[in-house]
Amino acid sequence: MSRLLRRHGWVMALFVLLGFLLVLTRVIQPDYGAAGFGSLARAALPFAFAAAAQTVVVIVGGVDLSIASMMALTSVTAARLMDGASEEFAILVVPLVLLIGLVLGAINGALVVITRVPDIVVTLAMLFVWEGAALLVLNAPGGAAAEWLKALLVGTVAIPFIPTMITDWIPKALVLLIVCLGVVWIPLQRSRLGLSVYAVGSDSLAAFRSGVDVNRTKIVAYAVAGLFASMGGLVLTMSTGIGAPIPGPYLLASVAAVVLGGVTLGGGVGGLVGPIIAVFILRLVRTDLTFLAIDPNVTTIVEGTIMVIVVMLGGLVMMRSRSP
Amino acid sequence: MKSFLRDRPLIPLTILLIALIVALELLRPGIVNERWIANTIKFAIPLAMLAACQTLTMLTGGIDLSVGIIATISAFVMATQVTTHDPAVAIAISLVPAMMIGLANGIGVGLFGVHPLIMTLGMSLIGTGCLQVYQRTVIATGSAIPDFLAWLGTGRSYGLPNSLVLFVPLAALIILGLRRTGFGRLLYALGDNHHAARLSGVLAWQVIIALYVLSGFLAGIAGLVYVGLIKAPSLSLAVPLLLPSVAAAVIGGTSIFGGRGGYAGTIVGALILTVLTTLLTILQMPEGFRRMLFGLIILAVTAAYVRITEER
Repeated sequence: MSRLLRRHGWVMALFVLLGFLLVLTRVIQPDYGAAGFGSLARAALPFAFAAAAQTVVVIVGGVDLSIASMMALTSVTAARLMDGASEEFAILVVPLVLLIGLVLGAINGALVVITRVPDIVVTLAMLFVWEGAALLVLNAPGGAAAEWLKALLVGTVAIPFIPTMITDWIPKALVLLIVCLGVVWIPLQRSRLGLSVYAVGSDSLAAFRSGVDVNRTKIVAYAVAGLFASMGGLVLTMSTGIGAPIPGPYLLASVAAVVLGGVTLGGGVGGLVGPIIAVFILRLVRTDLTFLAIDPNVTTIVEGTIMVIVVMLGGLVMMRSRSP
Repeated sequence: MKSFLRDRPLIPLTILLIALIVALELLRPGIVNERWIANTIKFAIPLAMLAACQTLTMLTGGIDLSVGIIATISAFVMATQVTTHDPAVAIAISLVPAMMIGLANGIGVGLFGVHPLIMTLGMSLIGTGCLQVYQRTVIATGSAIPDFLAWLGTGRSYGLPNSLVLFVPLAALIILGLRRTGFGRLLYALGDNHHAARLSGVLAWQVIIALYVLSGFLAGIAGLVYVGLIKAPSLSLAVPLLLPSVAAAVIGGTSIFGGRGGYAGTIVGALILTVLTTLLTILQMPEGFRRMLFGLIILAVTAAYVRITEER
């Protein structure tokens, strides 16, 4: 039990916090129910994919500043390809866009490895490159999305033999998120490759000496991040029906969620569940403040303050545990 | 040859700057004249001042991602306060939030051991929110730019931009301060080996707090100069300068891991970025291509830099 607590303590605390916030929301707004939860899941979706992408890179010991730009690029690519095309054609577009995301991420990773320039500088430069590429694909918001793709995000999942009272609380957006992340992350984390991602993140020299191919691992981690970012880009196109070449506020939000989710900058620690819960917490705080009719600008202050206080407490705990 | 370049990183950088200017002159003969040089310097100075914040913090292994919003806040607060106060008072008021954010950064990084990237990012979120809330309280007051700042930001005397009056002493102070004073050496020491510096009796937290307050102060001043140049205070005035300011410091040879670099290189880096922007504008490519080239050139220069200066 204590081992379980120690390993998953942070994530469990986040779950408790999320539950507490849901109850609080119910108190503030008695009408808040399944519909509200559904729209929360839809609003959180692109943020969740951005946070997932950032998590993988931070675990391997890097940081990716180009995530929002990659999302913009994949989003406009999808919107442009689906513009005026048939519904069936979209079935081809989805894997193509995911492949593009994978390649973009792999390019980021390869450049980090080849140039030996610090991750933060490489991805800073690539932020401009991907943003420029997005502007070349579409220089103003436009394009279209297939109807069946849009429908994937709206409504709830119907499962036979389970009363709708329960299925009402399972929005399609949430299922989509869990399936998409799970299909990639669970096999990866269980594999040798996943283990080497953590090994490289915690000590790349030690990993190298134990025979891990550090360069290949880094490229794979960045490629997976690119894949998650392209999922985020697709979701953006699906929810808005168009593609916008200017990156949204996903970079800052992804870093905030990663930190709040218990993934330490520097690498080697954490998982995917924490940051995803953190995304939902941050979105819910935003919803609550809206319900309380607080100036939406104050919300930004609250978000920043939560982030700063959490990392300060984290730093304090770290210092305590280090000193005897 | 390699060791020669390693010891004098300014030489390849200056060669690159000259090459860019030559390329510009070849593409558009006659463009490089006195007026153009003055304009380039004018636009490079606010960038170089923000890049000073990055250089100083990077020397200790940190980074300050809040400078963009700090500069914007001080510019906006000054422009709105000057309608009811004396310009000097308005400037003094506007620098208070700048240094407060710097102080909070310093406390987080120095006392609580928070990663500078996250701490300054969080403070920039808070700063953005505060600025938006502040904007709603002054929505009716309007804004103005005092003549002095407009003179400083845009004016020219004897063909040279007036902002040099502020910038040259400031740059000299930073360059000499880093080389000759105890505080400067402490920054290098902390960045080179944090643990060793602490063991030799450096009170690291005091140095870090002073450093980030200084960084906030410099960013505030940069914002005031920049609003004198742009003349239109907005809620995102200097925010687009944030990433180029990091790029300028990195191109200028300051290591993001700390302990190596200097401000002279950063100034050349800021000039290179400004000339590069002009060059890309003149090529009349689509906006997308320009951004891509901008990113690729930053990457290429830093990669070349790493190859040249690499130890071993």
